Amino acid sequence: MANTYTLISSVTVGSGGAATIDFTSIPATYTDLLVKLSGRNSASGDDRFTIEFNNSSSNLSQRRLYGEGTNVNSDAPASAIQPTGIPQDSYTANTFGNTEIYIPNYASSNNKSLSVDAITENNATTAYAMMVAGLWSDSAAITSIKLTPMSSGNFKQYSTAYLYGISNA
Amino acid sequence: MTNKIVVDCSTGEVQEIALTAEEIAEREVMAAEYAEQKAQEDAAAEAKAAAKASAEAKLAALGLSADEIAAL
Repeated sequence: MANTYTLISSVTVGSGGAATIDFTSIPATYTDLLVKLSGRNSASGDDRFTIEFNNSSSNLSQRRLYGEGTNVNSDAPASAIQPTGIPQDSYTANTFGNTEIYIPNYASSNNKSLSVDAITENNATTAYAMMVAGLWSDSAAITSIKLTPMSSGNFKQYSTAYLYGISNA
Repeated sequence: MTNKIVVDCSTGEVQEIALTAEEIAEREVMAAEYAEQKAQEDAAAEAKAAAKASAEAKLAALGLSADEIAAL
């Protein structure tokens, strides 16, 4: 059971936006990692962002469960881990989505699982709530985490990302 | 100019770095692929919603109440 949370690094996106947020040189001294993202997309048409480890876009799999205001769905996109957590720019102005990414045993030599809890904000019928169970089938310790909007948009100004290290003792 | 943010967790340094031409091209290719995937997902969701509405209408025509349909 985790009993310590240590802020490793954080970032607030500036006025120019950001195509990606990349945490690099993550120390292997913790047991688990937690990313808390408050984000908004500068483009319309897509609320998703991708999660990559060590700049690898392969050996990723997932199961997504989500609701979008009308229906509930489950799917398993074959490409990148892709939660819906950054409201597109056509959504209610100045709202930001919230996402938690939990990565247990990130420095082990086993495959890496992750869980994602994400929501968008929108004062309309369509707004997403999503859970993702993901797997990166790779034995390498995770040393970097990259977050990228899936459309051609950027993370908007005032989006924030916090990376925590969690120790089990 | 589009920048990426790189956070060096060993030093705490945060850098904003302009994307290279290669990164911009890769980003455009990925955006096109993801847009196509999103369109397929949206179409599947719409088809599912239409099927659900159709099924509910048929159940209602058989005499089931809205509460009974919702309880299924």
